[in-house]
Amino acid sequence: MDDPLDEARELMLDGNSVAGILYEIFGAEMTASPTECEHCGKEGELGSLLAFVSAPGYVLRCPACEQVILRVVQTADYVYLDARGAVSLRVERPAA
Amino acid sequence: MSERFVSRGFVGKRRVAAPGGRVPPGQHAVDDFPVLSAGPTPRIPLEKWTFSLEGEVETPVRWTWEEFQVLPAQDLTVDIHCVTKWTKLDTRWRGVSVDNLLEHVKLKPTARFVTAYCDGGYTTNLPLPDLLNGQGFVAYEYDGRPLAPEHGGPARLVVPHLYFWKSAKWVRGLRLMEKDKRGFWESAGYHHRGDPWKEERYAGD
Amino acid sequence: MLNRPLEWQIATIEAIQAETARTKTFTLSLPAWVRHLPGQHYDLRLTAEDGYQTQRSYSIASEPEREGEIDLTVESLPEGEVSGYLNEVLVPGDLVEVRGPIGGYFVWEVSRGGPLLLVAGGSGVVPLMSMLRHRRAVGSSVPARLLYSSRTPEDVIYADELRSLHEDGDGLEVIHTFTRSRPTGWTGYARRIDAAMLKEISAPLGSRTQAFICGPTLLVEAAADGLVATGLAPGRIKTERFGTSGGTA
Repeated sequence: MDDPLDEARELMLDGNSVAGILYEIFGAEMTASPTECEHCGKEGELGSLLAFVSAPGYVLRCPACEQVILRVVQTADYVYLDARGAVSLRVERPAA
Repeated sequence: MSERFVSRGFVGKRRVAAPGGRVPPGQHAVDDFPVLSAGPTPRIPLEKWTFSLEGEVETPVRWTWEEFQVLPAQDLTVDIHCVTKWTKLDTRWRGVSVDNLLEHVKLKPTARFVTAYCDGGYTTNLPLPDLLNGQGFVAYEYDGRPLAPEHGGPARLVVPHLYFWKSAKWVRGLRLMEKDKRGFWESAGYHHRGDPWKEERYAGD
Repeated sequence: MLNRPLEWQIATIEAIQAETARTKTFTLSLPAWVRHLPGQHYDLRLTAEDGYQTQRSYSIASEPEREGEIDLTVESLPEGEVSGYLNEVLVPGDLVEVRGPIGGYFVWEVSRGGPLLLVAGGSGVVPLMSMLRHRRAVGSSVPARLLYSSRTPEDVIYADELRSLHEDGDGLEVIHTFTRSRPTGWTGYARRIDAAMLKEISAPLGSRTQAFICGPTLLVEAAADGLVATGLAPGRIKTERFGTSGGTA
């Protein structure tokens, strides 16, 4: 019988799985965007962050310290974004 | 605006038939117990687990697991409603009511709201009255067995009359507050109270 | 990467091909097809008459050199709401809403060089197949190895094509490992991917290898840890975790 904790871990994905909603928010491809964890300083692309997508919203966490880096909630009319866990976000500008 | 596209022959998940009046608006009944999580499942050994009441109380109190187990406990069978639209009828829990827990502290007059805080960092906020009079429990058994970690074990809050994001998993304490402080989901677009019968899903509903 | 709006479009199912007992490849023609990068995916959205909607992401299996259409390979899951519809209801001629291509992290094309180490668990082979088909389409001989873990020989997706790519002799090797049952007379790997296996597979490729690992979370994490243990720089390892939905989210 599979360890249920392992089953719960299988639910965990990565930043690739929220590429679509991030594109909607920022108007640009974000998974290759570098970021730094505010809590522990680990650097990595958004695509490499741990993602929890089965919840009432999406939560991206640092693969090193598991602290929250990004939260995205989609309601009927709005998208809420909390990016306090990232030192900053980088968004590509459209080609001229 | 053109007509919305419809996928030929697609009907979505099979819905379980439910007796009228038990499924709030916008919800559908399910047979399974979906696992939703905002983070990795915390693993806390029982010998390290404690539960606290703190904040706007005269003297904070803390129980170890052994101490918590000897508190008077009740069995309850309740319907639960997740804001992601599934409802599960007749779920069976065992735990200690918040009423019983609050008998061990003297509340200050400023104690009007509660923040539940948890292993893994999750928080949720509620008005204190929503936890009283048998409406809130700290449950450690589900369906006759110790509560599984992926469903919030060792213990979770169960507040069935509100959307289930208020029933905080891996709960470690209740902080009594003078002012309402929005928790993890409430601060990112979800409703501060979350009454499923009024469909209070999102902030501003 | 050029920025462009990400719009839903209505694609037509041109063909449906069974790959294994549980997987099928859907060929979609797209009115607004744009060239994708191998490793990218499309979001697919289903809408019921009553307005109920649900969405999944599926990696593109085909190479960008095939214009106007894409292949999506979908694993049918027990109780899978979307995979059940795709596998049991859709027929050629049906329409589906998709948007994409999406993804910028888990992508590779020949211009990025190699050597290339691809590690797949189950349906995680799909985006890696796009990379290998692209590599063949442009006639590249960048050294490449695919380590592909499957439960049984019957679960191997693209089995014939992978055998043919392996036999082409243009610098690609395909190495299988089986975790539940193996072919008769099998002398190859017959266990879960581990650090020792990765050390053997990756050693000939060297330290400039770019590694892409895709599959269930536990396999991906074990393989990434194993590759780091061989000394490959973590920045050269890209991962994509598939949920038990066979795709993402």
